[in-house]
Amino acid sequence: MQETIQNDDWTIEINPKSKLLDLNLKEVWRYRDLLMLFVRRDFVAVYKQTIFGPLWFFIQPILTTIMFMVVFGGIAKMSTEGMPPAVFYLSGIVLWNYFATAFSLVSNTFVANKAVFGKVYFPRIVTPLSLIVSKLLTFGVQFVLFLVIYLYYLVFTEAPLRPNVMILLLPVLIVMTAGLSLGLGLVITSLTTKYRDFTFLLGFAIQLGMYATPIIYPASSVHGKMRMAIMANPMSAVIETFRYAFLGVGHFSWLALGYSLVVMLVLLVIGVVTFNRVEKSFMDTV
Amino acid sequence: MKPAIKIKNLSKQYRLGTVGTGSFAHDMNRWWHTLRGKEDPYLKIGETNDRTSKGNSDYVWALRDINFEVHQGEVLGIIGKNGAGKSTLLKLLSRVTSPTTGSIKARGRIASLLEVGTGFHPELTGRENVFLNGAIMGMTKQEISSKFDEIVDFAGCERYIDTPVKRYSSGMYVRLAFAVAAHLEPEILIVDEVLAVGDAEFQKKAIGKMKEVSRGGERTVLFVSHNMASIQNLCSKVLVMQNGTFAYMGDTEDGVNFYLKQSREQISLKLNERMDRTNGKNLRFTDIKLLNFKGEVVEQAMSGMEVKFEISYSLKISLKNVAFRLVISNIDGQDLFLCNNAFSDKRIDINSEGKFVFRIPKFPLPEGEYFIQLSAYSDKGIEDDIESVLKLDVEKGDFFLTGNVPVKKDGIFVEHYFEH
Repeated sequence: MQETIQNDDWTIEINPKSKLLDLNLKEVWRYRDLLMLFVRRDFVAVYKQTIFGPLWFFIQPILTTIMFMVVFGGIAKMSTEGMPPAVFYLSGIVLWNYFATAFSLVSNTFVANKAVFGKVYFPRIVTPLSLIVSKLLTFGVQFVLFLVIYLYYLVFTEAPLRPNVMILLLPVLIVMTAGLSLGLGLVITSLTTKYRDFTFLLGFAIQLGMYATPIIYPASSVHGKMRMAIMANPMSAVIETFRYAFLGVGHFSWLALGYSLVVMLVLLVIGVVTFNRVEKSFMDTV
Repeated sequence: MKPAIKIKNLSKQYRLGTVGTGSFAHDMNRWWHTLRGKEDPYLKIGETNDRTSKGNSDYVWALRDINFEVHQGEVLGIIGKNGAGKSTLLKLLSRVTSPTTGSIKARGRIASLLEVGTGFHPELTGRENVFLNGAIMGMTKQEISSKFDEIVDFAGCERYIDTPVKRYSSGMYVRLAFAVAAHLEPEILIVDEVLAVGDAEFQKKAIGKMKEVSRGGERTVLFVSHNMASIQNLCSKVLVMQNGTFAYMGDTEDGVNFYLKQSREQISLKLNERMDRTNGKNLRFTDIKLLNFKGEVVEQAMSGMEVKFEISYSLKISLKNVAFRLVISNIDGQDLFLCNNAFSDKRIDINSEGKFVFRIPKFPLPEGEYFIQLSAYSDKGIEDDIESVLKLDVEKGDFFLTGNVPVKKDGIFVEHYFEH
């Protein structure tokens, strides 16, 4: 009798397989301090021992914007739909940067952390989650930069910026970007533990992804089959909506945004399932 | 007493060789079997983890059907030869990887004392790293805060606590890392002496901490070691592992004897026929003889007399930079001294089978039973390695040539002079 009572209060159970969609949120919650410390580490450690320090958060997008203005605006003379190029490019870059950096870091979770993962147990999902949060902070900083430049053009120039009510969708857009980068990143990192081929593809894919997203050009300048291809990219609707909300140009459609949302949910489910499967035994293959 | 850990039918299978295209094909096959509701085809095959013989399968069981319980407050020693599955067992317990079959149930937090400094970030300050490292090991921020002063005090680096740890001396780094681990206070503590890093002082500290923890009687400790003396000193129970299964579990005294006997049972076999060796493909020890100062084969050595070990080997290919190593250990498995031509002479190149001799002019061991381990290394790595090649009986002898022989039968004789 006593035996049966005793045997029920195990705090740790280790079994070969986990449930398919086991997020184990309770455990993640228990490790929330670790998550915040990881965020802090990622955010603080990056710019230690640099002269400009946190200024790099601004320098990166500013340099990218200037480069785009020169190459795509100045040399290639691509349309910005009558918008000031700085605002036009920056409106695409800030969200895309969030997606691209978060995605590439999450994709590298297992390989980059194998030393720690090989020694201590903690819910592995904490690591990618912390990356998503720390890059969200970076996004926040860069978004402020966008706002400053945006407000300058809005208040001090005649630029035809038309902010509208869709700005209220901003939190949704951020969550979708986070979800897409997390979902896709989890799938890729699970695959890379066994097949390193994906690491080689990754940098290339992100670069390609940027051109397949309406960042340096407005979606309206693409027609026919190409447009279909561009809009099949779930980040396209997110960027277009962001731009539409602040600048008033481009195309907004609930359908396109809904499509991105569905893709995000599907990717998240697949990502979590594969991640859960892989985290249990990746030390044997990584 | 409640069981703190309960292990049931625990097995772990590894795939040998490289993970690559072959594994992709197997993955597909596996997937195809599961899709049709059939059993995984690769779980049926596989062999016990006997490294000494070459198997036919690509799959190997590092652990197979382990069942045991550890009660709360017990200090369980885990012993076994290299490759017996000790580390795999610990890996499963610390949840670094998961078992192929079976389950582990445990009460309370499991922590490994020697995984110190995990997740230390060089750019962060000592303070930041204490929090980060503590959190990785499962402490909450509040817990760490409440122990922070104690941790810094224990590490003795208060002055540097706001300096990035990359500026720390290696000793300071380890002390700080260890201080965090020592204040973790897990219910189940894992100490792997085999993997222990750090200097002797640090290892002593780790063992000291372990003693302190186990004395309370509430914490459970799993202790892996090759040192039979510390096993006997610390453990209340012993688990002997062999080829991925366990060979013995129970009383410490019996367990240690069982372990030592395990490899010594093989002594009666001829050296050439021994299977419990590492490698042995190119170079193979075939015979060992004990000679006295006249060059006659003898059964026993004597303290203070000249002793020669004549060892023969066979050779398949020429080897460069070969070092031969002969280690003498006592009955508890503790190494006493070694002969190695890499130190006493130089490494040699060999082209054919042959013999070599280690000559010890004044044999320094007091009377008793000793065991000899033989190994050979070339520039390609380990060539042959056999434990307990010979049981060596040493007779009482007059080492100091004074007619007085010490009564104590421990340690080593050292020639010395008394000046007054």
